[in-house]
Amino acid sequence: MARYIGKRLIYMFITLALIATFTFFLMKILPGSPIASADKLSPEQRAVVEARYGLDQPLPVQYFDYMFGLLKGDLGISINQFKGANVTDVILSRMGPSAQIGFQGMLLGTVLGILFGMVAALRQNTWVDYGSTIVAIIGISIPSFVFASMLQYWLGLKWDLFPVALWKDGFMSSVLPSIALAMFPLATAARFIRTEMIEVLGSDYITLAKAKGASGSEIAFKHAFRNALIPLITVLGPMAVSILTGSLVVEQIFAIPGIGEQFVKSIMVNDFSIIMGTTIFFSVFLIVVILIVDILYGVIDPRIRLSGGKS
Amino acid sequence: MTQNYEKLPQDAFTRIPRDTQEAEKISKPSVSFWQDAWRSLKKNKGAIISLILFGLIVLMSFIGPMISPYEPNDQTITHANLPPKMPVIENLGIMDGVGTLGGREVDMYEMKNVEQNYWFGTDGLGRDMFSRVWKGTQVSLFIAFVAAAIDMLIGVIYGGISGYFGGRVDDVMQRIVEILTGIPNLVVVILFILIMDPGILAIIIALTITGWTGMSRVVRGQVLKYKSQEFVLAARTLGASDSRIIWKHLMPNVLGVVIINTMFTIPGAIFFEAFLSFIGLGLQAPDASLGTLINDGYKLIQYRPHILLFPAVVLSLIMIAFNLIGDGLRDALDPKMKD
Repeated sequence: MARYIGKRLIYMFITLALIATFTFFLMKILPGSPIASADKLSPEQRAVVEARYGLDQPLPVQYFDYMFGLLKGDLGISINQFKGANVTDVILSRMGPSAQIGFQGMLLGTVLGILFGMVAALRQNTWVDYGSTIVAIIGISIPSFVFASMLQYWLGLKWDLFPVALWKDGFMSSVLPSIALAMFPLATAARFIRTEMIEVLGSDYITLAKAKGASGSEIAFKHAFRNALIPLITVLGPMAVSILTGSLVVEQIFAIPGIGEQFVKSIMVNDFSIIMGTTIFFSVFLIVVILIVDILYGVIDPRIRLSGGKS
Repeated sequence: MTQNYEKLPQDAFTRIPRDTQEAEKISKPSVSFWQDAWRSLKKNKGAIISLILFGLIVLMSFIGPMISPYEPNDQTITHANLPPKMPVIENLGIMDGVGTLGGREVDMYEMKNVEQNYWFGTDGLGRDMFSRVWKGTQVSLFIAFVAAAIDMLIGVIYGGISGYFGGRVDDVMQRIVEILTGIPNLVVVILFILIMDPGILAIIIALTITGWTGMSRVVRGQVLKYKSQEFVLAARTLGASDSRIIWKHLMPNVLGVVIINTMFTIPGAIFFEAFLSFIGLGLQAPDASLGTLINDGYKLIQYRPHILLFPAVVLSLIMIAFNLIGDGLRDALDPKMKD
């Protein structure tokens, strides 16, 4: 186990170093200057600005400065979007709303998804089952930004139930974005739990539980549900990815001051250090989530051989 | 019961002698793998309906811009922001050219003195949404299909080589894949789009740059599974070359999984294209894809919801159809893979 985690950690660092290197050089060959109105500056003014951000150094020096900074958690300084602010601070200051809608969406989606999946499995081939299958297909198929705009139009504009956009009304503002983000986890969990439950319900120990006279609900919750739940951990990774991808557009649609919204903005204004910092932040987040998921899976279900790894 | 036997007319029955020659005869023609798959796919209503629906959408994406009297990029400013109006259907009270103006419902066509009908309405620049939506569908589907085909090609070759030759080659190739899959797809796609000139080519390259790893893993797993089986050993004993074993013996077995995987790559590519266009990294104006159309429509959602409605519906239908076809194909081609 320790060996497996060690191996995975080494891979994680190689991957992250690669991503950081890759982003660094990509940003350097990117067309356009990060300095606002660069053309209007005289060469002297330009030199001063470049010196302030370390852009006058030779490329290898800039690269090693950046990489060592990363090790200390320093993502550099924002060049034009947040004039001189530390990128790490910018990201941290915007984490709140993103984390809130992401977490709420994930929670809502998984809980409802598990519920839908269980009901569908227990009432297999009835209208309940078909209904939940349709919901799952729709949830997987319809992109979050289409869904988010529909929510905004109907629940926000037409029926005026929730604030249309902006992050002003606390929890109420977070309701629509959370629902939009919840669709994918909901659909994935519902599908997954349904197939797992059906498989578990057909296994021998369920027959035994029935034979000894356990009631229907007891079988469903005490015996079947627990075992169906374990494999759900494997889809937490894709779910986290979907929440993150979704947050880029959902935050944009609802004008939420989160990391995703600011990332899209920094792409528009060519703020290299913010783009790099956010990219690395996203990568770390996703890689760590997937690592935790893999380790958790091995801990909870000892039948999974960790050493070999799944091919 | 037994007494009734005597009442039955005896001449209604004849004795059939046992024919030893018939015993070995196969009564039904043997069914090939693909015929069998097609049979079980036909039983899947959702998949068949999706297949027809998808066929219609593809057809419309080609003839849609043709049957519309307007060019997708032609601007008629005087006809801007018209709601949809379609003959026959307008009698049902929908798509009748009525829009809200200052809180009141008015026939926008009458008000603006427009003689023609715009079936899906027009956008803010007076461009015909009908031809734009179908043109955009064409572009989105093209991007998705090309990206999926490239993914498939690289994935099959890479995974095939890695699985078939094994050993050191496999080790090195798998380490590379492991690192590549560690990089979040989203990050790679966005970074690549940034350094390239925006356009169809940039999107396709960005989607395929790491997209093939999934396919290569699946193919490698399949090749590993089959290459140690007896029929491969038999072929090798008979002196078949590596390339013959790969193409004649392994590929037909791997093909099913490759098709299933591609069917799930395509909606993924469509989604990513729309996603990139939505956050402003996709196609540039005046070119349209479903993503850019949704993005345009979203900006006017409050006043002109129809601009968003049609591309969003088409995109959602394509995604749903593809997922259902993929599910159906998976059940039909590889019953063991049902999850």
